Amino acid sequence: MENQGYNYAIVRSFVTWSVIWGLVAVLVGVIVSFQMVAPDLNFAPYFTFGRLRPIHTNAGIYGWAVGVIFATFFFMVQRLCRVPLWSDKLARFQLWFFNITIIASAVTLLLGYTTSKEYHEMEWPIDVMIIILWVAFAINIIMTIMKRKEEQMYISLWFMMASIIGVAILFVVNSAAMPVSLFKSYSAYAGTNDANVHWWFGHNAVAMALTAPPLAMFYYFLPKSTGVPIYSHRLSIVAFWSLIFMYLWTGAHHLLWTPVPDWIQTLAMGFSVMLIAPSWGSVFNGYLSMNGQWHQMRENYLVKYLILGITFYGLQTLQGPMQAIRTFSAFIHYTDWVPAHIHMGTMGWVSMIAFASLYYLVPRIYGREVYSIPLANLQFWLILVGQLIWSISLWVAGVLQAGMWNAMNADGSLTYTFMETMVEMYPYWWARAFGGLIYMAGLIIFIYNLYMTVNKGKPTAAQTAAAVGRA
Amino acid sequence: MWEKNPVLLLILATGTILVGTMVTMVLPFVWVNTDADRIEEVVPYTALQQEGRDLYIREGCNNCHTQTVRPLVSEVLRYGEYSKSGEFVYDRPFLWGSKRTGPDLARLGGKYPDEWHYKHMESPRSMVPKTNMPAYDWIAENQLDPQMIQRKMETLGFPFTTEEIKALEGKNEMDAMVAYLQKLGSDIPWREASATTIVGELKNPYPDVTHSEMEAWEAIYQDNCAACHGEHMEGVIGPELVGADYEEEILFEIIYTGIADGGMPSFSNLGTERVWKLVNFIKYYNKEEGH
Repeated sequence: MENQGYNYAIVRSFVTWSVIWGLVAVLVGVIVSFQMVAPDLNFAPYFTFGRLRPIHTNAGIYGWAVGVIFATFFFMVQRLCRVPLWSDKLARFQLWFFNITIIASAVTLLLGYTTSKEYHEMEWPIDVMIIILWVAFAINIIMTIMKRKEEQMYISLWFMMASIIGVAILFVVNSAAMPVSLFKSYSAYAGTNDANVHWWFGHNAVAMALTAPPLAMFYYFLPKSTGVPIYSHRLSIVAFWSLIFMYLWTGAHHLLWTPVPDWIQTLAMGFSVMLIAPSWGSVFNGYLSMNGQWHQMRENYLVKYLILGITFYGLQTLQGPMQAIRTFSAFIHYTDWVPAHIHMGTMGWVSMIAFASLYYLVPRIYGREVYSIPLANLQFWLILVGQLIWSISLWVAGVLQAGMWNAMNADGSLTYTFMETMVEMYPYWWARAFGGLIYMAGLIIFIYNLYMTVNKGKPTAAQTAAAVGRA
Repeated sequence: MWEKNPVLLLILATGTILVGTMVTMVLPFVWVNTDADRIEEVVPYTALQQEGRDLYIREGCNNCHTQTVRPLVSEVLRYGEYSKSGEFVYDRPFLWGSKRTGPDLARLGGKYPDEWHYKHMESPRSMVPKTNMPAYDWIAENQLDPQMIQRKMETLGFPFTTEEIKALEGKNEMDAMVAYLQKLGSDIPWREASATTIVGELKNPYPDVTHSEMEAWEAIYQDNCAACHGEHMEGVIGPELVGADYEEEILFEIIYTGIADGGMPSFSNLGTERVWKLVNFIKYYNKEEGH
């Protein structure tokens, strides 16, 4: 039997809750996408776009992505270290505290208690809760690694440790605030400094929460799924160090042409372009691991998710640096192109890897075969098509709007008013909302498939053998 | 080495992360918000304006509106003078935003009269027919809490007087919001400085336009002017335009550059051609005899 005293119960719980928060994130996303085209769907004061959009983003990042991080890290760390979790009690506390924090976040955001800083909207008491949560998580992972039985630390563990440290530094620094009351605080930094600190946080939250952890999962679950090892350990090492070195210089590419000092913008632009190399290091490592195994794309749905996921990572890390170049940023920034970019990353890269990881580990932690592979395939196509409709429609919209914003008459006057450019967006916003619905259908099938696996799935061979052994 | 020693790996990873952090995040504090980028005219928010700013934050306005004008031709033409670091020293947090579902607001202050903002916040589509902005009529029902606002001003270290706090009594959230919107970007006297100077002689390009030709131009008026000057030019917030007897060139200048502090925004972003069409439409459309 696979289970050597490993704590799988905590993994199961985090899988359940991450999926629930994932559904909330997508559902709220669909709601706000309809509010964009039908403003009468804003129900003041609580259900307005301005209050719901942060719930969408934070439920996605802190509920879904971080929930999956907790689930998969607890699974991987025990397997890679060949020891049970350091503290089951601490992990149990973390589970409860995680859900309390997410619920408190959603409620306070609905009530309008917000700092307004993107992806860090929650007010200071919740920041404190998140820090406690992360420290509990960090201690458990690091202590488990300390008492491991496997001498060599696999690359996934490196990405996990970097992520833990990185998120901690970023979050604490960007949380600094002067409280007025329990529900209101002012940033410790002002104006341009606040912007620069914030996007140092914002962009590296993407690095440390939405890049390093999915890479940890990818490097673990791809070889596990294909049955062949990763192509090059050395390449993964080079990619690791260069990735975590370069990322931290790039935050100001969110602030090109703003009052942030030019030299910071230039550094951010340069490092963003350089960042293609470590990103594609992992992409190539993934592709080359498939040497002689490409037939698995047809036969193994897990591989399909993982390879499409890493492909979107590759596309994301080409498009990102492109947008980080001053000239292109001047054209495209602030349009709908940018959310399309983000959603290729979250819906394509991060969630594809998350779906594959959960599809891999759920049968193993419950000792049951996956309920339906055809449903998993259907889900694959729904989320792929949903995401492509979502992103492509807004890329087109972004280019169109940017073109109209910049259009000038022969005498140097502007061609279009702002409203003339905005009304052109409506058809694309409808398409985006429709893409979101398709994606949500895929997610609901995923949840149904996991639910049926847990409740109706056939016991796996290992599970049956163990049961016989016990009898 | 590090692949066998987690403590070493953690230390090395932390060090690696901190290099870029120190250079691009910590180091800028040496220059930013110091004398290097200080602007004399920039003053802290008043109690009412700061409360408006906090409401802007509470309602998540920054999800759809940016507050930074980039030094790009089309942007300066559309919104006004580009933003400078020293203008934001009292902004906690910054509200530059990342997406323009609606227009940039960095230079909004003084563009429209207060009344325009009250009506627009109350019912956005009554002023801008096709906008997707939600209505914020309900904030007018919430009274301000002067004590809380005083605490906020103390926390921020902004100067205030007891009269100023007392004056908040009886004011509502809408008042605060409008006060904030009217302050945006108005510390430096950019509007006067950048008012478009029309060079050369202005010449009506449609001297022989007929009434029926002008019918097609009515849409420009209805989309851009009717909210303030009335569907039939009868005047609402702005004055009645029926019988407005301006010279063609004067009318062009008023529409194109606006009247700073007079509540008339610049419509230069319609482009010169359409501004001329408006001039003709306003001046001649309702006159039986044409011209």
